[in-house]
Amino acid sequence: MLRYAAGKRDWTAAGLPFEGAQARIPRVLAVTRCDVPTCRLGEPIGAVRDRTRSAGWDTCFVITEQRVVLGRVRTEAFAAAPDTPVETLMEPGPSTFRPDVPLSQMLDYMTEHGIRRAVITDQDGRLLGLIAREDLERGLAATHRSETGAG
Amino acid sequence: MPRDIDREQVRELVAQGAQLVEVMPAEEYEQEHLPGALSIPLESLTPAKVQRLARDRSLIVYCYDQQ
Repeated sequence: MLRYAAGKRDWTAAGLPFEGAQARIPRVLAVTRCDVPTCRLGEPIGAVRDRTRSAGWDTCFVITEQRVVLGRVRTEAFAAAPDTPVETLMEPGPSTFRPDVPLSQMLDYMTEHGIRRAVITDQDGRLLGLIAREDLERGLAATHRSETGAG
Repeated sequence: MPRDIDREQVRELVAQGAQLVEVMPAEEYEQEHLPGALSIPLESLTPAKVQRLARDRSLIVYCYDQQ
């Protein structure tokens, strides 16, 4: 007999599918934008800027080889000299949230704290993506429509 | 004493046919459980039951978290 020691909390926090009554509640993972640009420590900001902008984003995350989030590079950092390493410009250790948080709970939190976008990671700190408040609002509206049968 | 495995090992073993068993109370199982998991609350997980379940496939038990 084997034991999954970390349990179902670990499973759901990794954004993996599950069954049961709670599975019907819409979660953050459903509206997470997974294509957020990433870069590595030591990369020059010029290359990171070009890659981020050509992908249509204004922010980039610094990650390890295992996709663990180390920091965030905001658009203001792109004005630095192009050969400046990202680690001197990044905001280290951004606040992160888990993919199994209910949409409504996440929206309440972001609204209360004036947060426009939030980083989603699994229990091990590995980047899953970024959520925007407007995506949460759209996701909840869509859920409400499907529950009420409204067009 | 069961051997501890992590999330990736669970996924691999389930893909190979392992059976998941949640040992939380049934009401908690009803709220959320891993796909395909059986509900066998801890107090009813007898050695005989384990033997029967584990006869043909690997058995993976889990609860809520590490505590």
